[in-house]
Amino acid sequence: MKAFGRFFKDINRNKALLLMVLPATVWFLFFSYLPMLGTVISFKEYRVHGGFLSSIIHSRWVGFDNFKFLFSTNDAYVITRNTLLYNIVFIIIGLVLAVALAIVLSEIANKRLAKWYQTGMFLPYFLSWVIVGYFAYSFLSFDRGVMNKIVSAFGMDPQQWYSEPKYWPFIIVIVFLWKSLGYNSVVYLAAIMGIDKSLYEAAMIDGANKWQQIRNVTLPMLAPLMTILTLLAIGRIFYADFGLFYQVTRDSGTLYNVTNVIDTYVYRGLKTTGEIGMSTAAGLYQSFVGFALVITSNWIVRRFNKDNALF
Amino acid sequence: MASLRKTKDFHRLTPAWNVIFNLIAGLFALACVFPFLLVMVISFTDEKTLALDGYSLFPKKWSTDAYSYLFKAGDQLLRSYGVTILVTVVGTVISLILISLFAYAISRKGFKYRKFFSFLAFFTMLFNGGLVPTYIVTTKLLGLGNSLWALILPLAVNAFYIMIMRTFFSTMIPDAIIESGKIDGAGEFGIFFRLIVPLALPGLATIALFNVLGYWNDWFNALLYIENPDLVPLQSMLMRIENSMQFILANSNNASLGTSVLQSMPQDTSRMAMVVLATGPIVLAYPFFQRYFVQGLTVGAVKE
Repeated sequence: MKAFGRFFKDINRNKALLLMVLPATVWFLFFSYLPMLGTVISFKEYRVHGGFLSSIIHSRWVGFDNFKFLFSTNDAYVITRNTLLYNIVFIIIGLVLAVALAIVLSEIANKRLAKWYQTGMFLPYFLSWVIVGYFAYSFLSFDRGVMNKIVSAFGMDPQQWYSEPKYWPFIIVIVFLWKSLGYNSVVYLAAIMGIDKSLYEAAMIDGANKWQQIRNVTLPMLAPLMTILTLLAIGRIFYADFGLFYQVTRDSGTLYNVTNVIDTYVYRGLKTTGEIGMSTAAGLYQSFVGFALVITSNWIVRRFNKDNALF
Repeated sequence: MASLRKTKDFHRLTPAWNVIFNLIAGLFALACVFPFLLVMVISFTDEKTLALDGYSLFPKKWSTDAYSYLFKAGDQLLRSYGVTILVTVVGTVISLILISLFAYAISRKGFKYRKFFSFLAFFTMLFNGGLVPTYIVTTKLLGLGNSLWALILPLAVNAFYIMIMRTFFSTMIPDAIIESGKIDGAGEFGIFFRLIVPLALPGLATIALFNVLGYWNDWFNALLYIENPDLVPLQSMLMRIENSMQFILANSNNASLGTSVLQSMPQDTSRMAMVVLATGPIVLAYPFFQRYFVQGLTVGAVKE
């Protein structure tokens, strides 16, 4: 009874702050935690039966059948491979180019010009994937696109870009870099601007030239931010950008082998093929491995340098 | 003197490298802007020229047909604009209220349950139920299918923004201010709205801009939840006209416009004109707001 009394006293003392967290907490319950409970669907044969709860309760329990079925198909391998490989390439190339571009921007003598470049390369960050899809189409359209004009000018045959899987790994990577590079390099540039100038002065007194300054001052000072952003990206390595793989490819079926990722697979399971159980199973597989990856990568970084870890 | 000039040389790149660096950055910046320019030029190209020559930055014949057609048959465009603006405004306001209240409470050291609620938000960054259960909760349990709330609520709260705001509150707002408010006899809500919010405006502006961008560019929730043409936002409308302009005419209230208009409509150019009209506000506005977007991410990367 005494514990109860103390509990109510605590509630009462914190009631204003509790009221403040209430609305977002309700949101989290409905949009985050109930869906987490809803993943039991992946162990069931989902049938609509009245409302949300009664559908879940009345659906037949099938254990791991959905997972077995998912991993017995070729799809599981293809979507895992595509999601992982694209993300690994994005992380490595993205990091190297973003840092390089940030250094390039920071060293340009005419600061006003540098500002213009920066604004220009920031544009793609503000556009939706639908718009980017249109942009890609203006290049890749068979009869009107710019690419086929260029290709013809070099005396080669025009291509049906949207049904030629062999080009898409490159197209996807290029479009990704086009959209994300500007933003990331501006973020690194902000970090470079924040580096204490006296470090460069000290390096100059030691006789370091520009390249040595970049290698021995700029890069080490950027290391914490590089680690944190890369860590965040590794934690998301099992998640693909749905818009990139759905809008830019125009959902073209012939390309699925190189453009189907976990997120598009789950979406199609839900909206097109109606394989609710398997689709939920794929989603849970994604969340689970993703969770394990964040925890592991964070644990590894913690062992080396506590300050660079996320939590 | 000699040594002075030498230090200056250390400071700067050699002119040759400066040119190379300018070229690298300049060409990439150009590549980032180029597709938008191309689409804009296409929208001002004559439809027949387009059919003959394809997309080009220097069309043989210019035309404003696309825009005048959209002006005539554009009630779907207007309606979608209305939906997007409404969702963006209402969504941003709701989101700011939910996020700032939650973030403020968990930034308060005196709050007994701050650890619990911080974890409640943080855990959603690590793990989620996935698309299908979320879809089922939203449509079956909350019954939000085909309503504007399906465009507003799913984007309203985001653990990442909460973390940004919490860091902002705990680093930028001195405890003394809260204490002074208490001494003056203000309640927690009074302190928050009268003392904290004015100080937190820069942080709130950052979150608001992230939200505006998120709502304006959202098409995914419309793809999942919206069938009714009256509720289709801009981005989703652009998706629907990718293959046919039928959508925009089928929903036109103007009865005098029939199939003849569809036939005479400059399809390709008016589609691109729609893209230009939908992106226009963002392209015009972002140069003035870009620094907030950089700040947001760097603040969020700072741990407590």
